Amino acid sequence: MTSLVIAEHDNASIKGATLNTVTAAAAIGADVHVLVAGHNAGAAAAAAAQIAGVSKVIHADGASLEVGLAENVAAQVLAIAGNYTHILFPATANGKNVAPRVAAKLDVGQISDITKVDSPDTFERPIYAGNAIATVQSSDAVKVITVRTTGFDAAASTGGSAAVETAAAATDSGKSSFVGREVTKSDRPELTAAKIIVSGGRALGSSEKFDEVMIPLADKFGAAIGASRAAVDAGYAANDLQVGQTGKIVAPQLYVACGISGAIQHLAGMKDSKVIVAINKDPEAPIFSVADFGLEADLFVAVPELVAAL
Amino acid sequence: MKVLVAVKRVVDYNVKVRVKSDNSGVDIANVKMSMNPFDEIAVEEAVRLKEKGVVTEVIAVSCGVAQCQETLRTAMAIGADRGILVETAEELQPLAVAKLLKALVDKEQPGLVILGKQAIDDDCNQTGQMLAALGDMPQATFASKVEVADGKASVTREVDGGLETISISMPAVITTDLRLNEPRYVTLPNIMKAKKKQLDVFKPEDLGVDVAPRIKTLKVMEPAKRSAGIKVPDVATLVDKLKNVAKVI
Repeated sequence: MTSLVIAEHDNASIKGATLNTVTAAAAIGADVHVLVAGHNAGAAAAAAAQIAGVSKVIHADGASLEVGLAENVAAQVLAIAGNYTHILFPATANGKNVAPRVAAKLDVGQISDITKVDSPDTFERPIYAGNAIATVQSSDAVKVITVRTTGFDAAASTGGSAAVETAAAATDSGKSSFVGREVTKSDRPELTAAKIIVSGGRALGSSEKFDEVMIPLADKFGAAIGASRAAVDAGYAANDLQVGQTGKIVAPQLYVACGISGAIQHLAGMKDSKVIVAINKDPEAPIFSVADFGLEADLFVAVPELVAAL
Repeated sequence: MKVLVAVKRVVDYNVKVRVKSDNSGVDIANVKMSMNPFDEIAVEEAVRLKEKGVVTEVIAVSCGVAQCQETLRTAMAIGADRGILVETAEELQPLAVAKLLKALVDKEQPGLVILGKQAIDDDCNQTGQMLAALGDMPQATFASKVEVADGKASVTREVDGGLETISISMPAVITTDLRLNEPRYVTLPNIMKAKKKQLDVFKPEDLGVDVAPRIKTLKVMEPAKRSAGIKVPDVATLVDKLKNVAKVI
């Protein structure tokens, strides 16, 4: 029994989601190997070899793997899949993009978004926006899994000394090509890795107000900024800031919800946060039912006051 | 060029489901069912491509129980030209649905297949990618913008930290994200018209597909409840609680 973790990386470094996925793989109880499929990704492969609990790193390097096109990355995984009983991806945009391709080619079902490993073939995963937790058992020979990173602690990024083995890079599928990327530039911590998140809702009223109120609060906390679907749909915040069932799933130490009513789809994305603060002027807002500390107040008064008090 | 759109009948997004007392699943008897919201966006996108003249026919497909015909009628009221139901009472998992869709792709030869990125019941996010793999087609998941020209689709995708644009050759699979479009309201005349549109029914056996589930649900539990918090009267108390009680700042 050996598990393969597909590393999330940017060729230069390993992303945090990989570390949580290694922990999930270790919980299965098998040897853990990590695949770094990229281009000029020697630094990422070397970093993967340092992760505690990893016994081998497979480094596949080629231009076809540079931007993580699903067709090519899936082919890379399939080229070595025969050696593994479990193949785990972080449930990031990349992992979710590639994993089902691998599962379908292997003719196995996929277990998405696991939050707990019960045994090598039995896992827990949330369904219906986290309103129920299903325990599921796979009868397939190979388990293809995506891992909800908030369900597992991060493995230590140092302390390991795995051997790095190189593998030939998959050839380009010729059917998909990369055109460009618009990456949101920000000095703030990444939403899914932040210790503190301040999140704004529709009550902010406009994108100007959203920035005017939320940025000073985020700066003061050193926090990442999130948003409710309503705020994103209204154009107050960028799409990739959406927290919820179909957006980012987060579990920071502190989540401050400002002017967010708390639809079940939003709660699904943040209710595992350690401490939740809700600031809302509607005393009936459902967000108060999950908040450790609720402040019934106008956010345009309370948030600047909070910034001043910190 | 034809477009195939897959639509799933799910518990309406406004319904808060309850776990059954015997922990065998969630109780979906007598709850409102609707088209999966992401699939509605998929239908809307296909219909817009037809309205732009890029596409000649929009075929909506649903897999599941007989009542999925209602979901297909909704898709046809939005503007799909005809519907196909693959009818079965068996539990259908994403791999099985992908295989059924692959069989229909072989039959209909569409240039594009558009699906929602995930269903809001099982939250799997698998079917589109699996179909693409089975059909050796390129994929563009989590689409927020689609442009079709010269046998290629240029798709902007919502990825972690921003947006990414890729160009894929057709036939291809696209899965929709929330901001791709805002589906239109269906009007009464269009609902009436949809009732007259062609709707074919197949069984999985007709398509030669084994739909047996691979993953068994052992039990379904309520999630751990958060213990109720407190209301604080003012900002000063809030800061005090965060510093001295929760100790998170």
